[in-house]
Order: sequence, then C-alpha cells, then structure tokens
Amino acid sequence: MRRQSNWRRLDAAARYAVPFGSIVAGLFVLGLNFGLPAQAQLRPVYAAACVFFWSLYRPSSLPAPVVVLSGLLLDLLGFSPLGLWALLLLLLHGGVLALRRQLAPQGFLFTWLVFSGFAVALFVLAWGAESLLGQQMLPLRPVLTQSGFALLLYPALAAFFIRAHRGAAAAELA
Amino acid sequence: MSRLTFPVMLMLSFGVVLIGRADQGLSASLRTGLDDVLAPVYGAFSGPIQAAESGTGALGHLFMLNTENEQLRAENAKLLQWQAVAMALEAQNDALKASLHYIPPAAPAFFTGDVVADLGGVYDRSVLVELPRGASPAPLVGAVAMDGRGVVGRVVEAGSRSARVLLITDINSRIPVALGPGGAPALMTGTNGPTPALLYWAPGQPPAEGAMVLTSAVGGAFPPGLPVGVVHYNAQNNPVVLPLADLDSLRLLRLFMYPDNLPVLTPVPHARAVRHAAAMRRRRKK
Repeated sequence: MRRQSNWRRLDAAARYAVPFGSIVAGLFVLGLNFGLPAQAQLRPVYAAACVFFWSLYRPSSLPAPVVVLSGLLLDLLGFSPLGLWALLLLLLHGGVLALRRQLAPQGFLFTWLVFSGFAVALFVLAWGAESLLGQQMLPLRPVLTQSGFALLLYPALAAFFIRAHRGAAAAELA
Repeated sequence: MSRLTFPVMLMLSFGVVLIGRADQGLSASLRTGLDDVLAPVYGAFSGPIQAAESGTGALGHLFMLNTENEQLRAENAKLLQWQAVAMALEAQNDALKASLHYIPPAAPAFFTGDVVADLGGVYDRSVLVELPRGASPAPLVGAVAMDGRGVVGRVVEAGSRSARVLLITDINSRIPVALGPGGAPALMTGTNGPTPALLYWAPGQPPAEGAMVLTSAVGGAFPPGLPVGVVHYNAQNNPVVLPLADLDSLRLLRLFMYPDNLPVLTPVPHARAVRHAAAMRRRRKK
C-alpha cells in the first residue's frame, strides 16, 4: 500500500516538473550546434512562449521562483546582463496571472494575439534595457525577427504544450 | 504567503540585475561554472549531429551536394594553378629570408577543441568550445581562436572544461587590422551581421575592393599578420570584411596562446593578472 503511494507521489512530482523541464530541455536543444541562422534569437521566444502558456493554464506548476530560475538560465546561456530575462519573464508571468480570468475562457486565436502582443512588448523592453546597460544603440532588427518568430511559432508550440497539458503535465491524473 | 512570493521574486531579480551590474566577475564566474557542466553534455549530443552531416557544416548542405560538387571541381582546378604559384613564391621567400638572416618568431602554443554549442544571445555572437581533458596549462582568456582559414574571435571566458569564444561579428568586437599589401591601418568592428564593418581607415586611402585583411599588432591584443578576411563594398557602398572563417558552421577551433610580450595598450585580462602577481612578488622580496 505504502509503496504504491510512493509511486503516486513520484508521478505527481514528475507531472509538476513538466513545465520547468520543458523550458530547460528546450533551451538546451536550442543551444546545440545546428548551424541555423538566428538560432540564438529563438531561445527567448521559446522561453516566453513556455512561461506564457504554463502561467495561463497551469500556474501551480510554474511558481514565480521557477520563472526566475528559467530567466537566469537564459541569461547565463546567452550574454545578456545577469537577471534581465529573469525580470522580464517574471513580468510576463505576473501580467498573464493578472489577466488569467479574462484570458482562460477565450479561444485560441485570441490567446495567440495576446501572446504576440506580450512578446513584442517583452522584446522591445529587452532591447531597451540591453541598450541602456550597454550604453550603445543596439540594432533593432533582432526585435523584428524575434517578434516574427513569436507570431509564427506560437501555434506549433501551443499544439505541443496542449498535448502535454492534457497528458504528461496533468497533475489531476496522478 | 503565496501572495508575497511574486513581489519578493520581483525585488530579488531586480537585485540580481543590480549586483550583476556592479560586479561583472560574478556573472562571468557563474557562466563559466555552468559552461563547465554543460560542455561535456553538449559534446555527447553534438557528436551524432556532426556524424549526420559528416563534418561538413550545416544540415542544409545535404540538400545541395550536386551544386557543391561542381563548385569544388572548378575551385580545385583553380587551386592547383595557385599551388604552383605558392610553391614558387615560398622558394623565393625562403631565399630572401636566408639572405636577410631572418629569425622566425616562436610558434605559439595551441590546442584544438570541438565547438559543441552555439550559445550567443540576441545581441551577442559566441560559441562554446569543449576543451580536451587537461588541455589548459595557461590561463586561456585572451587566446586567439582560428578555424582552418582565418581568425574566428577571442576567448572571453574559460573554465577547466570549456571556453567561450566571442566571434569577430559580435557587436562588441573591435579588432585593429592591416589592409592590403601596404598594411594600411583600420579598425574592424562587429555589427551582429555576417560582415563586420571597417572604420577609421586613412583619409584619401579608401580600402580597395578585394584587399586582404590581416590582424595588426596595434594595441597589443592580436599578433600581426593573421588572416581575417577580404574587403568588399556592400550595397550601401560601405567597406565591409568578408571573413575567411566559416562563421556559420564552426566545428573545430584552434586556440592559440600567444606570448604576451606584445606592447599592451588595451588591458588584456590574463596579462594584467600575471604582471600584478610578479609585481607583488618583487615587492615582497624588498
């Protein structure tokens, strides 16, 4: 009896770990040397999509400290100022939590639009902060490409997340 | 309790930004620690990828094998002609050096490492190199990285298992270069794009299209005469450098540790530490 409950606890823990695990695994895979152009720009897009989706649909599995950890990992993998993306992802997390009641019942198209808006705001903020901290005008083009990636890739990522949300990450199935 | 978590985390991450701003060494050491952990893992994963593309570069190369083959055949024919020219010039060069009693500079220590990850940021271009076990006898920061054809960048952070190389296309990269046969000075600055820009060339002597770009010893950060690229005028009629190194698909890098007896005007981190230690020792002896 006791052994079974231990297995169940492990199952529940694994389900809770899916959001953070998906962020870490995705960031790792995007670092692999595929030689794709603009590969580094995909990393913040992916992290933002993850934080948006999981904060919206499964906030209990993605508490604020986990968001901060993901942001710090993103900063250390790239060369962005330490803590910048932790702050930005936390702002995204907070924004989504504040709008959760209005957003959750809406259809996919609307959430897609809202994510794109959040993403553009986030990339503009990142550009501004990095320009300010580096004391030089950085090129604006990555903001455009990142926004384009965010707009185009969210449906594919969401399809993947929705499957995980109903299967592997569903804590109530444990 | 849970209502407090968010503001506390917000203040914490804002604090981390401030601390990282005040102490640049903190983020560098954290990043080095993470790289040392990640480099072997990345190394294990990048092996199969390289095997799949048979070491030639990006996966996209697989789809244009035929055109590439034809290009290579044409290039090979041209190169065979150049080989003859090069051998004649080498013989002439040896004869001239012998008559000048030229003493060649000491060859720098170097070793070769695998590029295991492409870890740039949005505004940064850098790659992660996995170091072979027990490979770094000297502090590696400041070492010059080259692929088979030209300068790739410099090592900015290094641990025991990994090193980060900042590429010449990074927006923070500034490299003094010598242009053409006369060695006219200029500064090559990264733009985050594929082609670095050229600045501060002598007025009245614009860089010539197709002129060779070599590193210059001005400032003491680089040894003179390493091949970097070729001058090209872009669509806006600004001179840029087409790098010789294949920066989009780096696989193997050689890291050269040049002796730092070059004149140092810009602070080179490892040189400063060594000199500081020597000065301390001298002071203690007195």
